[in-house]
Amino acid sequence: MSEQGMKPIWYFVGLILMVIGGIVFCSGIFQFFHPPAVKTTLAEIHANIWWGALMTVFGTGMYFTAKKKSK
Amino acid sequence: MQAIGLSFIDWIIIFIYFAFVLGIGLYLRRYTKSQEDFFLAGRKNSTWVAGLAFLSANLGALELLGMTGNTFKYGMYVAHFYWIGAIPAMLFLGIYMMPFYYSSKINSVPGYLKLRFDEKTRVLNGISFALMTLLVSGINLYAMALVLHTFLGWDWDYSMWASALTVAAYVTMSGLMSAIFTEIVQFFLIWFGLFLVSILGIIEIGSVGEIMARINAYSPQVSFTTLWSTSSNPAQNGMLIHWGGIVLGLGFVLSFGYWTTDFLVVQRAFSAKDLRSARMTPILASFFKMALPFIVILAGLIAIALSIDPKSGFKLLHDGGQANYDSALPLLIARYYPPGLVGLGVTALLAGFMAGQAGNISAFNTVWTYDIYKSVLNKKASDAHLLWMGRVSTIIGVILSLVTAYWAKGFPSIMDYMQAIFSWVNAPLFGTMLLGMFIWWITPNGAFWGLIMGMLSSFFMYLAVKFHWFSESIITMSSVQSDQAANFWRAWWAWLICVAVTVVVSLWTKKRPKEELVGLVKGLTKENHNQNIPFTKRPEFYALISLIVFILLNIWFW
Repeated sequence: MSEQGMKPIWYFVGLILMVIGGIVFCSGIFQFFHPPAVKTTLAEIHANIWWGALMTVFGTGMYFTAKKKSK
Repeated sequence: MQAIGLSFIDWIIIFIYFAFVLGIGLYLRRYTKSQEDFFLAGRKNSTWVAGLAFLSANLGALELLGMTGNTFKYGMYVAHFYWIGAIPAMLFLGIYMMPFYYSSKINSVPGYLKLRFDEKTRVLNGISFALMTLLVSGINLYAMALVLHTFLGWDWDYSMWASALTVAAYVTMSGLMSAIFTEIVQFFLIWFGLFLVSILGIIEIGSVGEIMARINAYSPQVSFTTLWSTSSNPAQNGMLIHWGGIVLGLGFVLSFGYWTTDFLVVQRAFSAKDLRSARMTPILASFFKMALPFIVILAGLIAIALSIDPKSGFKLLHDGGQANYDSALPLLIARYYPPGLVGLGVTALLAGFMAGQAGNISAFNTVWTYDIYKSVLNKKASDAHLLWMGRVSTIIGVILSLVTAYWAKGFPSIMDYMQAIFSWVNAPLFGTMLLGMFIWWITPNGAFWGLIMGMLSSFFMYLAVKFHWFSESIITMSSVQSDQAANFWRAWWAWLICVAVTVVVSLWTKKRPKEELVGLVKGLTKENHNQNIPFTKRPEFYALISLIVFILLNIWFW
């Protein structure tokens, strides 16, 4: 999509991955200090922390790259 | 019965997703000024945008749940849907068919039939495609409500109306453009939301080798972990199918019928900015398609390995004493995902459902507006009027989908028909397209009658087996068979009947002059689309790499 002034799709993809990844990461940090009553299998490896972080980094990279290119 | 409980943080993630897709629709509305913007996203997409949308249009949540469940039921043979059942057809579309589709500047697949044959073949395909799309869209909506009700305990009506109204809102605002945007968002959400299931499954069990070893030890006679090595004897594989059925039915007819003629996916390639991008669209998508088994098939195999280990505590849900195979993926999400990640996993499934719905509706409004309304009802419609009709037909399409969904709720057995619908419409259409695109003397009457006979014969075979008019073994040519095997073989026979009738009728009816077919038929058309492009940048080069990866995967999991 190259409409004049229109933000590229990667801007939106990056934005939603960054926001949702950030929420998953923060909830993981919270659960690290306040473990939930019901434990899931492999809860001890804190997948929400590292997966949320990965998603946030990926989303942030995509968002700022798209933003820079669309200027 | 409820498998997944949602916390406050999960609801926030789901709410953000809904607000986000509506916001995208609203944002894109200001860029949707003409009918070409609305129906073909302005024909300005890059290869990456069109390619990911091409793949995502097919990547609904039903497919994710269904294929993971099917892997639990049939084993690794389900990977054939992603490899032989997709890759050769996608490469064929990009290399051989796209130049004719794209260069003729048509707006839809039935539009090609009009140029190559005549109006009646176009209208026949337009009507059958529109009906199929609405039926699939409605049944998808019903299935979504069923899944959300079963696994999350959500209210039926609320689930159906909330997602249908959201889809109606953003597709009405900006048509294919917003459908493509949300499909690409969905693609990334699915990878981030569901691939973690496979990773955590491998961590819990130990390795992929250990998963395979456990399954093989449990079922030494019937293989659930190979692709081809047990296919010469249907009794030795989980799908109970001979390799002939896989190659001819799935690998050739069903796969080529879907990936090369179904407007739902092909429309994404039409939105590309130039011919090279359009040709690259399915070729790029083929690489990601080959990777999908690492989500769905692997998750299904993990579910098998866990369920045969009594200590794991993993068991599928049961409905009326029967295993609910579709529960495999939601149960794995519930097993591994803590709050927050559950919201991400459920959002990935919701995104899949809604993007699938939007894909169907955007294909429906295009075929309705161009191939039925403009072609038959209002031939002089202006650009502005067609744009208005596209928006109106979007709303009507969503309403009809809701009606179909409630109909399906009252008669759950119509779910059974969904798997068969593609073999009724797409398998014969592929016969018509193949002959029309590659043989100049195929006539309009030959195409029309071949298409009708192919569709009717497929429908008849389905009814004959369902109501026991004759044995399924006549179609599958095997004493053992499964529903999937019957689908594959029925598609093959329907295609063959379509081709035979088309050829025979064409021999006896009036042919169109060759000069009228230039640009529409291979052999009559000068092809110079690779001029001045170095070999390493040509679509053929990437198709060759894709083909090599495809062959290596099949050998690896032989």
